[in-house]
Formats: sequence, structure tokens, C-alpha cells
Amino acid sequence: MPCRRYSIWALARNALSNHERWPKAWRSPEPKPAYDALIVGGGGHGLAAAYYLAKLHGLTDIAVLERGWIGGGNTGRNTTIVRSNYLLDENAPFYEHSLKLWEGLAQDLNYNVMFSQRKVVNTCHTAGEREATMRRYNSMRLRGIDAEFLSREDLAQIEPAMNLSPASRFPVLCALAQPRGGSARHDAVAWGYARGADAHGVDIIQNCEVTGIDRDPVSGAVAGVQTTRGAIKAPKIGIAVAGHSSQVAAMACVRLPIESHLLQAFVSEPVKPFLNTVVSTGAAHFYISQTDKGEVLLGGELDGYNSYSQRGTLPKVQEVVANATEMFPRLGRLRFMRQWAGVMDMTMDGSPIIGKLPVPGLYMSGGWCYGGFKATPGSGWCLAWTMAKDEPHELNAGLNLERFRTGRMVDEKGAGPFPKAH
Amino acid sequence: MLLIPCPWCGPRDETEFVYGEAAIQRPADPHALSDAEWTEHLYFRDNPKGDHREFWFHRVGCHRWFVLERNTVTHAIAGAWPPGEAPPRRKDKA
Repeated sequence: MPCRRYSIWALARNALSNHERWPKAWRSPEPKPAYDALIVGGGGHGLAAAYYLAKLHGLTDIAVLERGWIGGGNTGRNTTIVRSNYLLDENAPFYEHSLKLWEGLAQDLNYNVMFSQRKVVNTCHTAGEREATMRRYNSMRLRGIDAEFLSREDLAQIEPAMNLSPASRFPVLCALAQPRGGSARHDAVAWGYARGADAHGVDIIQNCEVTGIDRDPVSGAVAGVQTTRGAIKAPKIGIAVAGHSSQVAAMACVRLPIESHLLQAFVSEPVKPFLNTVVSTGAAHFYISQTDKGEVLLGGELDGYNSYSQRGTLPKVQEVVANATEMFPRLGRLRFMRQWAGVMDMTMDGSPIIGKLPVPGLYMSGGWCYGGFKATPGSGWCLAWTMAKDEPHELNAGLNLERFRTGRMVDEKGAGPFPKAH
Repeated sequence: MLLIPCPWCGPRDETEFVYGEAAIQRPADPHALSDAEWTEHLYFRDNPKGDHREFWFHRVGCHRWFVLERNTVTHAIAGAWPPGEAPPRRKDKA
């Protein structure tokens, strides 16, 4: 059995054998007929849930079922922004917990997730926005979350390429920054969690689509799943399938307050480093950063109508490019290398649902509303806790499905019950 | 880019329109609804992967709302009709 731990010694040893003897990072086992628990969805969230279930709760006889390949869904279709600059009681502690997990993730997983705390900057363009941002800043500081309020002069120091001219169409007034925010490598997150879960005995089963959820005819509790690779029994099932939450929940006759929408993102050809932080603007709903490879990575708003197509439409491309060239005029001559669209499960209040569903033994983490990447460790951690104890942790207690019945919405943006508005 | 057949103006570019929401049936008597039914109506959606009926608004055209049936995977449009009216018969469905 070769040493599985990655280290400089392992690197040196494998260099001597031309890197041909690295062990596979995870096994590809055949599915067993029964497990203690199943996770549907092998993206970052599902793999993280499996990892924490096995590592922290001792539940090692579990499997992750993935329709395609791990990390091939929304984990590979986002802009990899990590931050915890939230306002509301239900959201801020959860995202801060997630950010703390990010900070120790590479060491915990023994896998370089390339977490780069390069600062997340959110610009303000109107007086009203400035006040809302100041409120958010104060709220963050009261919770012990790091935050900085930046003037236009500060911004000019941090991002010299930004258009800070008072003559611009929507002049930048100031900005809120979170220094501990940043970005990470999306594939490495999925692979690191997969490798970690596998090392604890979790079976990661790819090319295995769940086609139905079986329920006990007497109690109504979940009994297992039907898949394209046969039936698998399990008393607990966690759903972490991003844009397809509605479809998988419907297999257990559960309706969700969710609609699926498209979000596009783009990367340019690589250029030498000029962007130091992750910059976003709430006014135009636009965000941009530069990857370690030099590509400029940017995205904007939802395409605007329900879709599962995973292809974006052109009017949004124009909108995002207009935002980009307004904020960073030097981008005007840059060429795009790739464009993609992910299917976002948008909830009615813009906040996620992590918790129990109204079927015994069925749990979900979904409704991530294009904010799912930063939540990956926290989502997996909370889903694992909820599945292991059959009750939510206090961090995800408010992010339940019941809030839509009781009226305790977690509407960070105050946009009302319109999934496309969040 | 969608080419949307406005029932009044004919086919126009997507950029002329605003998407409203799923074309859900409004309750005939909202006061008669239980809390559970009201919650279901306000927040819970079928979110189908396939044909979807939805309200659109012709913002830079006739300024009228209409119902559009569109496939959420292929974006193929099956038809559009004024709200409150019965949908026209689809050729591909008996």
C-alpha cells in the first residue's frame, strides 16, 4: 500500500519514478446493496457532507452517488468567490463558520485547495447603498467578522486599474471590504473532499443517476434509492444536487420553494496580474477577479427566466461586458476564452435550505442561489450534523424549509418572494 | 436569444420583454385559504424540467402581459396567449 499522504517527501519519491506510481486519489467501487446513509450529488457540497459525516460523526458506511463525474456540475461552473459579509442572523454565523473551515481546509484535507485570501471588495455607487453598506459593516464588526470601509482614495491604492473617475456613469463612492475573503480552486475542493472522504471509507460512485426514492409503505420514511446502477437501501438520504433540487425532492413527493435559473460566467485569455482582489458591485450586480493563471474571471446577474439548459443567452453577455469595461476600461481589448452557465436553485427568499425535509430520513442542502461555492465546507458540515443527529445544528436551524410556512423569511436583499430577484 | 411571439405584436426579440413569474393559478377566494394552502400558493413551485407556463410583459412594445409556454431545457416556445384565455391547441400534442 503506497503512502497516501501528500508531502514534499512523497513528491520527491514519486519524482524518482517519473510520477507514474501515484496512487489513485479515490477508489471507484461498485455500489453495495445497502449503506447507513447516502448522499445524492457528488459536487463540493455532497462530498463535503460525506467527509464530515465520516470524519466527525463516525458514519463511514456511506456512499456519494453522482450522476456524472464529481465536481462536474455547479462546482465547476462558478466564479469561486469566498466571503462571509452577510447581514442577517441566520446567514452571517453560518457563512463565517464556513469561512473558518476554508481557512484550515488545505491542512485538514492534506490537499492544496489554493485558498487565497486576497480580499473581497464591494463597491457602492449611491448614497442609499453607502448607508446600507455601512449598516452591513457595523453588523459584521459586531459579530467579530473582519470588515473594512474603504474610501475612493483607499480603493485607488488597492485597485489602481479601477475606474474611479467622478465623471463615470455611476461613480464609485466607497466600498466595503472583507480582507479574509478571496477565492479558491474549485476542482481542488471537490477532489480534496473526495480524497478525504474516500480515505475514511466513503464509497464515491460516479455515473450513477438516482431515478427514484423508495419509501417505507407503513412509516413513509425513506428506505433507499433506485439508480441507473441498481437499487441501494439506506435509512438516511441527503440531497445536495444544486440546480436539480426540485427534481430529486419530487421523487419523494416533496415540493420546494425553488426555481431553477441560469447564471453565466466568463474567463478571458490569461494576462499579467493587474487585479489584486475580488471586486464586486451591487449596483450593477457584477463581480470580477483574476485567477492564478492570469485569466480574468467575471460574471453578472441571472439570465432572468427559468431554465435548465446550462447555456447562457447573449443579452447577458453584453450586460456583463458593459459592466466590466465601465469598471475596468483596460479590459476593452481582452478576448474571452470560455463562457459557461450553471443551473442555480433559486429560493423564494434568496437564502439556502439546509435541514430536514418533511419525509423521515430525508435531508437536503440546496437553494444556494449562486452563492454556493463559498458555503461548500459549511454546507457539508451542517448537512452532516443534521443527518447524523436528525436535528439541525444551531448554525443551520434558521435555514430550514419550515420558514416558508411560519413566515420567518431570510431575505438578505429584501427582494420579496421572487427567485429571479435574489 | 429568444424570439418571443407576443400575442398582440408578433415575434420580437427577448430584450423587449421582462419575465414575470410562473403562470400559477390565482386563488379564487384568498380569504378561504388555510395557512398551508396560502404558503403553497405563495412560495412553492413545480419548477418543471420541460414545458413551463410563465407570465411575460412586453416592456418596449404593447405593455401587456401574456402567458408563454416554453421548454426549460431546449427553450423551444410552444405558444403564447393572452392571460385568462385558453391556450391554443398544440400541434405536437393530441
